[in-house]
Amino acid sequence: MATGKKEPVLVTGLGALDKPASGLLTWVDQRFPLMENWKAHLSEYYAPKNFNFWYFFGALAMLVLVIQIVTGIFLTMHYKPDAAKAFESVEYIMREVPWGWLVRYMHSTGASMFFVVIYLHMFRGLIYGSYRKPRELIWVFGVMIFLCLMGEAFFGYLLPWGQMSYWGAQVIVNLASAIPLIGPDLAIWVRGDYVVGDATLNRFFAFHVIALPLVLLGLVAAHILALHEVGSNNPDGVEINENKDPKTGIPLDGIPFHPYYTVHDIVGVVVFLMVFSAIVFFAPEMGGYFLEYNNFVPADPLKTPLHIAPVWYFTPYYSILRAMVWNFFWIDAKVWGVVAMGASTLIFFFLPWLDRSPVKSIRYRPRLHTWAYTLFVIAFLILGYLGTLPPSPVGEVVSQVCTLIYFAFFLGMPWWSRWGQFKPVPARVTM
Amino acid sequence: MSNDPSAHSGRRGAIVATSVVGGFGALCTAIPFVATFAPSEKARAAGAPVEVDIGNLKEGELIIAEWRGKPVWILKRSKEMLDSLAKTESKVADPKSERKPSELTPEYCRNQARSIKPEVLVAVGICTHLGCSPSGPFATGANITLGDDMGFVCPCHGSTFDLAGRVWKDKPAPDNLEIPPHKYLSDTRLLIGEDNKGA
Repeated sequence: MATGKKEPVLVTGLGALDKPASGLLTWVDQRFPLMENWKAHLSEYYAPKNFNFWYFFGALAMLVLVIQIVTGIFLTMHYKPDAAKAFESVEYIMREVPWGWLVRYMHSTGASMFFVVIYLHMFRGLIYGSYRKPRELIWVFGVMIFLCLMGEAFFGYLLPWGQMSYWGAQVIVNLASAIPLIGPDLAIWVRGDYVVGDATLNRFFAFHVIALPLVLLGLVAAHILALHEVGSNNPDGVEINENKDPKTGIPLDGIPFHPYYTVHDIVGVVVFLMVFSAIVFFAPEMGGYFLEYNNFVPADPLKTPLHIAPVWYFTPYYSILRAMVWNFFWIDAKVWGVVAMGASTLIFFFLPWLDRSPVKSIRYRPRLHTWAYTLFVIAFLILGYLGTLPPSPVGEVVSQVCTLIYFAFFLGMPWWSRWGQFKPVPARVTM
Repeated sequence: MSNDPSAHSGRRGAIVATSVVGGFGALCTAIPFVATFAPSEKARAAGAPVEVDIGNLKEGELIIAEWRGKPVWILKRSKEMLDSLAKTESKVADPKSERKPSELTPEYCRNQARSIKPEVLVAVGICTHLGCSPSGPFATGANITLGDDMGFVCPCHGSTFDLAGRVWKDKPAPDNLEIPPHKYLSDTRLLIGEDNKGA
């Protein structure tokens, strides 16, 4: 902002230059755009005034990210990424390190809660059309964050070196081997050995604690910068920037993010922390969904547990993988399973261009769309549930039907999103 | 910059050349980093054959030996178990072990029982789908997925194999279980990882 030679400007508006505090701020501001960024992203970032419950989850995702980074740093101080010591060192953290159990349970609960808030955050985007023009890139960065988070969760899950860690990694790394020609060599290259072993554990540790977190932080910054460039959507899907006060240039339906939404989000944070603490203290295993029982058994490369399933946040995609049992066009079912699973996550990228509805928000869309979303969510939940169960003939058929619904929702969207009677969208937001 | 087009194009050429050379250098630097991911010399060396004594193996019993970090099953099949292979012949995808024979089935095991001695199955207990170790052997009616057939079931994605490690049709696993190279040193001593051919 400040270019060329200008008179020093008092930017704080809080006091005169001769007062030490404001003097310091001015001194900093002449050398670093502190107040400029504070204003651009907080005190003068105008967000729609009609945010509802669904708008808590972005801030909560940031909170969980901080929890994961802080607890993660403390865990690395005691954890040993060595196939012979890893399981033991996690037990050491749980039993011998003072308060180690709390840090570890916060981290393991944080992993699951991260996906809870991210799924709700994505659902918000879905129902209010937050990915529509001009917010396509926010969504694309968001999907990249989601994929990065899945990688982070996957690499992290190997580290305790329990049975589920081991066999989960074995299955997922072998997904690479389904790729024709280079697949088997690629799987060996990823593992660094012919089976999942010490080399695999060591490199997954490096990915989990440094490589992916760096990527994740960069993507989160890009996500927020893109959001602040175009402004937030809202439950009405109305562009607040189209109705600005002619004198001030401030959106009439906008309120400064700080202090309004910062304080508002504290309510969400408090409620979230109540739930989070309840899980950490009373149900850290969450009945085997957050920490699977088989993972309390050290990794045994010779024996797969009788029932293996991924952690709950991966189960919908796992069900889609399992649903593909036919060989089409001389290509193995194995390859189709991997293709379908990959497609089921990558298809989110295309959402902004698949949706052709003339309005953004579900509030002004035909009833038909509500049904489409409901059907999709039900199919997604059933896939998730089936993924936690052992394979069965009935489950196979149900998961095939749900996989069909899952893909029909996305691939049919260019057509069904235009059908039906749309309601008129108001010019201003409604409260 | 000069507005003279010829000088301009000369500079552009220099920029392109510098970028290409610099990019090539950066790519070459990536090679050693990519290569560090490959199995180390230590991992390559670990792969020696394993000797197993099967003298005490009872009929219907399965023992697991470790070879190259993988579970190798040694199953002594009873008469009933061997007879079940005729029943599953029509249900399996590759009854004659014709797919990828060089990787999955050594020449001396390309028979219905996929073994040297009909009763002793030696197979790598790793599902050809995504590498879990199947459970079993299950007797008739003991497993819901197998129904009335005998065999193995992979706990991960439900692929089923008969008692010769042959995969069912229309299951996620594309191939039969791998039969490792193996030979008998004596009637009861089995060597896994080496056979009389080549090695």
